[in-house]
Amino acid sequence: MRLITVAGSPSVGKTSVILRASEILRQEGLKVGIAKFDSLSTSDDKLYAQKSFPVAVGLAGALCPDHYFVSNVEDCMAWGQRQELDILISESAGLCNRCSPHIGGVMAVCVVDALAGVHTPKKIGPMLRLADLVVITKGDIVSQVEREVFAYQTRLANPGARALFCNGITGQGAADLARAIHQAPETDVLEGARLRFPMPAAVCPYCVGETAIGETHQRGNVKKMRFNDRSEAA
Amino acid sequence: MNNLAEMPLDSLLTTHPCVADFFGSLGLATANVPHPLATWLEQLPDEAFFDAGMEREQILTHIKRLIDEIQAMGEADNGQVGSLILIGGRDKSGVAENIQLNLRAGEIVCIVGPTGSGKSRLLGDIECLAQGDTPSGRRVLIDGRPPDDERRYTLDRKLVAQLSQNMNFVVDLSVREFIDMHARCRMVADPEAMTGQVIACANDLTGEKFTAEVSVTQLSGGQTRALMIADAALLSASPIVLIDEIENAGVDRKRALELLVTGEKIVLISTHDPLLALRGDRRIVIRNGGIAEIIVTSDLERRNLERIERLDATIMDIRDRLRRGLRIEEDILWTA
Repeated sequence: MRLITVAGSPSVGKTSVILRASEILRQEGLKVGIAKFDSLSTSDDKLYAQKSFPVAVGLAGALCPDHYFVSNVEDCMAWGQRQELDILISESAGLCNRCSPHIGGVMAVCVVDALAGVHTPKKIGPMLRLADLVVITKGDIVSQVEREVFAYQTRLANPGARALFCNGITGQGAADLARAIHQAPETDVLEGARLRFPMPAAVCPYCVGETAIGETHQRGNVKKMRFNDRSEAA
Repeated sequence: MNNLAEMPLDSLLTTHPCVADFFGSLGLATANVPHPLATWLEQLPDEAFFDAGMEREQILTHIKRLIDEIQAMGEADNGQVGSLILIGGRDKSGVAENIQLNLRAGEIVCIVGPTGSGKSRLLGDIECLAQGDTPSGRRVLIDGRPPDDERRYTLDRKLVAQLSQNMNFVVDLSVREFIDMHARCRMVADPEAMTGQVIACANDLTGEKFTAEVSVTQLSGGQTRALMIADAALLSASPIVLIDEIENAGVDRKRALELLVTGEKIVLISTHDPLLALRGDRRIVIRNGGIAEIIVTSDLERRNLERIERLDATIMDIRDRLRRGLRIEEDILWTA
């Protein structure tokens, strides 16, 4: 089975892009399934089910979605194997631009939205910088100038990575993505594999339910802002 | 490149401004560091890497790839495309198109057909340089050969630029800053001169003049269109331009086409505008997702085009006078 991790900020068009590419892969005789990760709720599983793709849903609830993802990805693999999938695509939302579900040796895709503006690629962290393939969506609704500059900025943000434009509505570009997925390395077991970069840290009282505000409640992994009108003690 | 790690950070940043940008985007302060890059990275606390979202090794690899990439971009040869050959596939019912269309640089071909007939599918096939791997089964040859994968999949040096109908500007920049940004990422020798040229050219195409200082988001539809056509002709990397309709909105379509053609581009326009459709040498008729026919513009049609142009000039003149706040009370002479 091939595992593909697809990540991108909310509403960039991950589901549309995955659906388009999956339909092409299915036409080629491959069995594709999707593990959809989200925070509070999702209805994307219905979209996948509508097109008769096997789908598993994981809702992180109060947990950091990325931490939740990595604790569950092996179980998703097992599910995919039980479904006898050729390709399992995990879809997860990068909520803080800092997330990175990408795993060494597993094809990593980052979806970015051309509407987000030309400065966005450099603002996105490991999710984009450490991806193997960057998919740019909504390119049809910005000018070709911004499209070219966006592509250039993406290239600088992740030099050497493949990048392509994909239109989730018309499917333009989805064949390229499908081809890249087809060529991804196989993943049989994940045990022992490593994330490409540590996930965002989360060990402070607020992670476990603290709601009170004030210095006395801020213990553990706490970081304070610096203000330029105060001389720094650093 | 092996001694990249040994280079003093200061001089590395001076010779490669892209590296300075990169550290800026990671939020790492790099001012006045005379130490070698490796030493500097070694001295940074682990927390800095965690916040930056990259490890030491990843940063070193990234910088090396970044410098290589910039160099590759500078050396990249966009080259001209002399010809484009479209080899027919099948329509939506699977009927073979049995057609081969040869297009030369400097040629304009229009695509006509009802909404939903498959014009966008054709533009899409050309855009992705289809090799029998799209639903239509069409193939595209560049200069007589299938494009190699690198040409097909490069992102910012695409062979094909597509001007879509419903485009927006997301960035809030002045026209000058906007075109300058494009010129710099295209690495042209003199970005300022090029920017001036594109803006002058765009003003030439539109009845509503605009200054270089106006924000792109304030441009009218016609001004936007004019600016994008001028940019596509003069600054875009792509030798093939696909246009999804040039509306009547205050753009001198005749000059726009002349401009694109002098750039030795291959231009395909999906349009029902008689001024455009009859100006091309040929037009492709789309029906049921397939190329039904290729019509060569006849002499009679060319004569009619001249009449339509005169009608259009009359209307453009009225439009211009309305814009200037004048009355339209004379007996209009339809000289056609």
